[in-house]
Amino acid sequence: MMTEILEPTSRTQSADQAVLEVKGLDVDIRTPKGIVRVVSQVGFSARRGKTLALLGESGCGKSMTAKAIAGLLDPVASVAGGVARLDSKDLLSMTAKQRRKAAGEGLGIVFQDALAALNPVYTIGTQLGEAFRIHRGASRKQAKVEAIELMRRVGIPEPETRVNSYPHQFSGGMRQRILIAMAVALSPNLLIADEPTTALDVTVQAQIMQLLRNLREQEDMAVVLITHDLAVVAEEADDVCVMYAGNVAEQGSVDTVFTRPTHPYTKGLLSSVPTDSQRGAGLNSIPGSPPELSKIPSGCVYQDRCPLVAAVCREQRPALRETGPGQSAACHFAEQVATSQTTEERLAVGDDEK
Amino acid sequence: MSTVLEVQDLAKTFHVASGAAGTRELKALDGINLSVKRGETLGLVGESGCGKSTLARTLMMLEQPDGGTVRFDGQDPFALRGKQLLAWRRRVQMVFQDPFASLNARMSAGQIITEPFATHKDLYPSAAARKQRLNELLDLVGLRATDADKSPQEFSGGQRQRIGIARALALGPDLIILDEPVSALDLSVQAQVLNLLNDLQQQLGVSYIFISHDLSVVRHVTDRVAVMYLGRIIETGSTEQVFDSPLHPYTASLMSASPKLDPALRPVNRIVLQGELPSPLDPPSGCRFRTRCWKAQPICSAERPESRTREAGGKILLGMPGDSVNAGQQFAECHFPVESAAEAGLAVSA
Repeated sequence: MMTEILEPTSRTQSADQAVLEVKGLDVDIRTPKGIVRVVSQVGFSARRGKTLALLGESGCGKSMTAKAIAGLLDPVASVAGGVARLDSKDLLSMTAKQRRKAAGEGLGIVFQDALAALNPVYTIGTQLGEAFRIHRGASRKQAKVEAIELMRRVGIPEPETRVNSYPHQFSGGMRQRILIAMAVALSPNLLIADEPTTALDVTVQAQIMQLLRNLREQEDMAVVLITHDLAVVAEEADDVCVMYAGNVAEQGSVDTVFTRPTHPYTKGLLSSVPTDSQRGAGLNSIPGSPPELSKIPSGCVYQDRCPLVAAVCREQRPALRETGPGQSAACHFAEQVATSQTTEERLAVGDDEK
Repeated sequence: MSTVLEVQDLAKTFHVASGAAGTRELKALDGINLSVKRGETLGLVGESGCGKSTLARTLMMLEQPDGGTVRFDGQDPFALRGKQLLAWRRRVQMVFQDPFASLNARMSAGQIITEPFATHKDLYPSAAARKQRLNELLDLVGLRATDADKSPQEFSGGQRQRIGIARALALGPDLIILDEPVSALDLSVQAQVLNLLNDLQQQLGVSYIFISHDLSVVRHVTDRVAVMYLGRIIETGSTEQVFDSPLHPYTASLMSASPKLDPALRPVNRIVLQGELPSPLDPPSGCRFRTRCWKAQPICSAERPESRTREAGGKILLGMPGDSVNAGQQFAECHFPVESAAEAGLAVSA
């Protein structure tokens, strides 16, 4: 059914730089109607000191991928295959205890909803200090000192007094800073940020992005940024992995993928962003909507919305293959997408959701 | 173009419980002036808690204002009673943000769209007329006639928002308030709904108040923009003026901070504001923005700024408060308005 998948790491990204390497990741969800594959053969690598964006719409499997790597899947979901090597140790084949130990110091994660991610009945100081108590065997007193230092690093004013406050006493932006502080507490090599600014206002989003950038540089971490916002990817990420319906549609450096997309989905997404040149005019839109994960067609997952669809797309799922230097896409007609001038117009034709 | 809606000095204060001390005043709207012309789209932008939704709810008559006037085609809706009020309600409708929460799961799409006719009985008195109108509406928003019997769960997010739009159109309104109509939708679907809204406006000549925090969307769909900050409109003007040459430092920082897809549009020096929105329970004295403003001077905390405008030559003049309602000119409430694109943090390298 599936053909051989290309290694996501290209020659330009030397393996020693890769902090996280994910290959052939499959995640299944048990539903009353049977098992549904929500992440299928996903692979990418995150490099030290660089940001990799996992880009996609809701339900495309980007958060599920992150949760699988961090070992935080819901009980109904399970990893069905693949490897996720963090500093060359496979997180997916470890026991839960081993993984907690490896992930605690190696991997930090920031969630979208900071209020839900914090425990309302413990002070911020207790929650920030927990990592030091568990992994470093710090005393309560030492942990509090570390917590204050962390708060200072992420720009929370008056950390000495605020350390005794509870999550609800902070604003949304400050809570997100606390989550970031918690994630970088043990100086991990990898930081996963799952839509870290989606719930925040524009001016606060800019602050949080700046903080993440600074921390990445100071710590020389690899950052995996999960987002649906193309503009954020364009500004913050070095590499991008575009996901659609649980599969990788295209990946490569942001510069190449955004200037010369080789998958019709990437191209369609890029042209649906409102820009000045189209003011008042109709926007290019992708017809239809993403498929339900239980009803993913055999063959190419994008076939029902694709302007270039042909018989081969209905029969055979395209494998991820190299389409340019350090760029790969899962499309039978990648070369055509990259060169055709008319794709955009053809993409713009359909404006019906059927 | 005639004016559909005119709002002057609109004020709304909530009383918020504050411990044993009783209540404190929260001025959600503090002297709002705005106008909407027929067939025009007015964008309303601002951060959460700035009063956008209270303004929308007040215009829908879901909140009673404490002061100021609302004139809808010269009529004060708050003075209307009985049949006249019912007739007025047809003219202003709303589309909500979340198409998953705003449609009743126990009703079919057809029932949802035609529910307004149960209140406005005289509009389409016969079942046949209602059925015909329903089909018209479905067609208008790009749904099939057979979709009428499906329940909301059977539709995707974009299609649900189409149902919400059809419901808002059912009574033939003059003004639709769109409260973040596409922010719950995926990008690829968002463009479809924005195109639909645009087509409907051209076909029906309806006016929109478009509330959104997504600046690229606002720029794309609106003719004029009003920027809110802590219960006041601090800048208003044509979309081009406000986006390209903002006068108010807050507007400038919003425009500068919003991420840009096109590297060529990215500012050389991005303004990243310090701090966050102050509590509306305790707004700063004088200019509300001064606590986060890089241009703040002592006068900013002492005196509330008057509106200023920019002349054709680029010179900044004191404007008459209230003028902003009608003149269609750019106004900002600031002691020290931004003078250039470079200062606004919008200059891009050539």
